[in-house]
Amino acid sequence: MLTLTPMLTLNKQPIARRSFLLGLTSTMVAGPAFALDKARATQLVDRLVAEINRTINFGGSEAKLLRAFENIFAQYADVNIIARSALGPAARSASSSELSAFILAFRGYIARKYGKRFQEFIGSEIVVKGTKNRGKFFEVDASVRLEGITPFEVSFRVSDRSGENLFFDIIIEGISLLSSERVEIGALLDARNGNIARLTRDLVNLG
Amino acid sequence: MFEHVKRVTILIATGLILLLSACSPRSGAVLHDPFERLNRATHAFNKGLDRNLLSPVSKGYTAVVPDPVENGISNFASNLSLPGKVVNNILQLDISAASSNTFRFVINSTFGLVGLFDPSGSMGFEERDADFGQTLQLWGVGEGAYAELPVFGPSNMRDGIGLIVDMVLLDPASYTLKSPVTTYRTGSRVGEVLQKRKIYGAQIDEVLYESADSYAQSRLVYLQSRRFQLKDNLSDAYIDPYADLE
Repeated sequence: MLTLTPMLTLNKQPIARRSFLLGLTSTMVAGPAFALDKARATQLVDRLVAEINRTINFGGSEAKLLRAFENIFAQYADVNIIARSALGPAARSASSSELSAFILAFRGYIARKYGKRFQEFIGSEIVVKGTKNRGKFFEVDASVRLEGITPFEVSFRVSDRSGENLFFDIIIEGISLLSSERVEIGALLDARNGNIARLTRDLVNLG
Repeated sequence: MFEHVKRVTILIATGLILLLSACSPRSGAVLHDPFERLNRATHAFNKGLDRNLLSPVSKGYTAVVPDPVENGISNFASNLSLPGKVVNNILQLDISAASSNTFRFVINSTFGLVGLFDPSGSMGFEERDADFGQTLQLWGVGEGAYAELPVFGPSNMRDGIGLIVDMVLLDPASYTLKSPVTTYRTGSRVGEVLQKRKIYGAQIDEVLYESADSYAQSRLVYLQSRRFQLKDNLSDAYIDPYADLE
């Protein structure tokens, strides 16, 4: 499928990109994916939240914690899609090797960054409250309860559109991870004159 | 007095609606920032103000002043802002919030020793926030262009105008208080800002000093959290990352 990509890119860009991404994800999926519904979206976030709760309250070194978060992202997040969307329009003109190197660096970056953020929630408990069908995806609402402060809301947006049930955005009190990363990665790329290879190298030390 | 203020406000607001709806972006727009150059210059000024004044003074203030005193000062300031919130609760026809905030004001001004303590909070009556930007939104006014205001920071046309209306027209406390209470009030407001700078310090520092483009990041954080606060679903402009592939 990947070998066909250059030819298809000439006239049918969207299909080429899609097959590229599907190619990437399918290497990680063992069996056929179950169609997503409200109950499955909730279950997915239930498991994800249980794992985050366990991780942030387990203790252990920061390095260990961040590794645990990298695993959580690998297992529950559609990092390919998040990375590609964060790159914005530049993803369209990137070569597939450039793109996959970027996605790989982005995996570590995003886990470090949001692992640190969730570290601030140590001692808290994340509770799933309910799920809304938003048409093309499901939104699972949760609440973070931390002693001494008013609880705040976290929503996970879950989709199966890349062939697997995964979350593609975390929205904390209205602020979207995906939107923030699009702004951040866009600014980092601009500062490097649009050079994706340079951004990929530098991303290893960021987050 | 109260009625008069209300009438003037409604008159002004009607004018604003006409003005603002003309420049409102289509709903669903991620952001509308035609004054970006000017806004970026203001942002650089505000960032300098934070780096050189607000952040260091806030660190000094919170280190020197004991926590209970800090809380008392902030409580005093927020208690005196309640009448203005009640006016907006009423303009929004939110009677439940209006009575809750009135109850808070009465209890905290008396049993809470002129608002230094917050006994109604422990009774479960939390402040129900309201401002004129929110009132305008409920009346159907769109947010208009993004605007970073000097000193006040990220805002938009609607909320910026709301801020001025709140300060100039809709603040009963400013009509009734006399010197030296007005001076205490101003002082307590400064204390409140310094304490908030400390409480949200990590988040503010992350946006201002750890992001690649602090202007763009603070604009995003403001717009998304304000829309969330106002439950403004019309402007729900989160990204659908799969849309490109379909």
